[in-house]
Amino acid sequence: MRANDRVVFENVSKFYGDVLGVNRVNLSIPPGITSLVGPNGSGKTTLMNLMTGLIRPSRGHIRVLGIRTDNPEELFRYVGYCTQFDSFPKGFTGYQFVYSYLRLYGCAHAEAEDLTWKAIERVGMTEPARRKIAGYSKGMRQRIKLAQSVCHGPSVLVLDEPLNGLDPLVRAETIALFRTLAEDGMHVIISSHILHEVDQISDQVILLSNGYVVAEGKIRGVRSEMQEHPMQILVRCNRPGVLAAKVFEQDSVVEAQIHKDGLGVLVKTRDPDKFYLLLNHIAQNGVTIESVAPADDDVNSVYEYLIGSEEAGR
Amino acid sequence: MNPLWITQILAVLRLEMRKTFLSKRGFWIYLLAFLPVVLFTGKSIVEIRMHRAGDFGQDTNIFATIFQLFYLRLAIFFGCLGIFMNLFRGEILDRSLHYYFLAPIRREVLLAGKFLAGVIATCLIFTTSTVLQIAGLYLSHGWRVFSDYLINGNGISHIAAYLGATVLACIGYGSIFLAAGVVFRNPLIPAAVILVWESINSILPSLLQKFSVIYYLKSLCPIQIIPESGGFFAMLSINVDPMPPYIAVPGLLLVSAAVLVAASFQVRRMEINYATE
Repeated sequence: MRANDRVVFENVSKFYGDVLGVNRVNLSIPPGITSLVGPNGSGKTTLMNLMTGLIRPSRGHIRVLGIRTDNPEELFRYVGYCTQFDSFPKGFTGYQFVYSYLRLYGCAHAEAEDLTWKAIERVGMTEPARRKIAGYSKGMRQRIKLAQSVCHGPSVLVLDEPLNGLDPLVRAETIALFRTLAEDGMHVIISSHILHEVDQISDQVILLSNGYVVAEGKIRGVRSEMQEHPMQILVRCNRPGVLAAKVFEQDSVVEAQIHKDGLGVLVKTRDPDKFYLLLNHIAQNGVTIESVAPADDDVNSVYEYLIGSEEAGR
Repeated sequence: MNPLWITQILAVLRLEMRKTFLSKRGFWIYLLAFLPVVLFTGKSIVEIRMHRAGDFGQDTNIFATIFQLFYLRLAIFFGCLGIFMNLFRGEILDRSLHYYFLAPIRREVLLAGKFLAGVIATCLIFTTSTVLQIAGLYLSHGWRVFSDYLINGNGISHIAAYLGATVLACIGYGSIFLAAGVVFRNPLIPAAVILVWESINSILPSLLQKFSVIYYLKSLCPIQIIPESGGFFAMLSINVDPMPPYIAVPGLLLVSAAVLVAASFQVRRMEINYATE
């Protein structure tokens, strides 16, 4: 592990001629799973291409584990990038695609062969590995790219829309793989425009809109900082009417609505901690609480609050 | 040299050779390279069937003329254009250059590997063709006359000079077209400019003549050709200030190295932005 374990953007901007890619980005990404979230064109791929040196910033500096991104010979010893580009060297089999990358890396034949099969096995592509990539499905192409990006054991794994085209079973396996890699201390940086997907897997999120970072951090932390949008909490209980009347006595509760099915109350409060204390008190006074769950501290809600429903739905 | 660089250059070579030799796109290069072989062999076959051996000296002049006016200036020129220009530009159009750019390999090493692959491919194609052209042309004269030309005449030195000029042409044009493929999006413009520059080389001032590939190649050709038709062909073939081989060979290699160094700076700064291509 390198002394500097962060991916750092310092006041980074990227312009494509007159078109803005990203602007004034300042980030310090720790190990774990970090998701870049935003609609198409928000700057996710630009950020990923910047951190892997495929493009250079118009302004600012980027360091990945302390390495400059214009130094590919050192950078890609530690970084693996599964791009969104769906093109492969012509005539390659899945095996050759990974193996040749390892030869470029500098591995000798035996080592390259060993690492290739390990990576291919890891993504569940052993059986079709000897077939030509041209005949692969979208999901298989996605997995062989993933194998290539992890084959050399990088410390930073950058994945551009990695779950696109995967069926539910493979998707679950892939998410589990990301979890394992993150638990091993790796940076797993994922871009996605599918918010609920990100919500399941991320340790932290970076929300992007029109080339700007609009929020970053742990998703619940980001949500709790949004004071202008009271937290919504769904309480399932046996006597929703009584519960609604009780919670309204508290100043910080701005709304209490009986749920459509009549089996719970949707509470909007500016002070969730105070509300949870009150709920304990209510529970001791004859109302049976079945479950308590935040209703809008997911990425989708946060994104909607920050950017607006139009973009969040895109 | 760093042993890792050698390993990486060999890895690039393996990938590139496969693409260069097995590409359907490159079929026209083989056609261009082996067209003189077909013509010369055809001529010999006709002569053998008619039981008529051609004039050896005249055939030597025919070979020298075709070699200088067609083979060097068009076949190798456009063959190198097709192979070297695509080493980077073709990968950008195929959206596959990122495969290399995402590996821990110095861009200069990548450029060296690709250039070497191009040189090996073009040298193999064009030197094979040169040898076959000579064999085809002298076929009608029989082995005895030909071996006499090799042993007692200038045969070996002439063939060595033609093969040397072929190899140097591949290196010279290869470096220029590789650099052009890195810098320009549309290969037609630089190709046209370079073709004109190489064609008017003879009428340029002495200093400017040295900034071309054909100047050195003409100096290496063993036979000075003087087309009877004069005019345009005479302008192409004339070499008023030939350079001795011991200056021409390093001179051309130096020009090629300078071009490659300039290209490596460009490759170092290159970005992957397929959307704008």
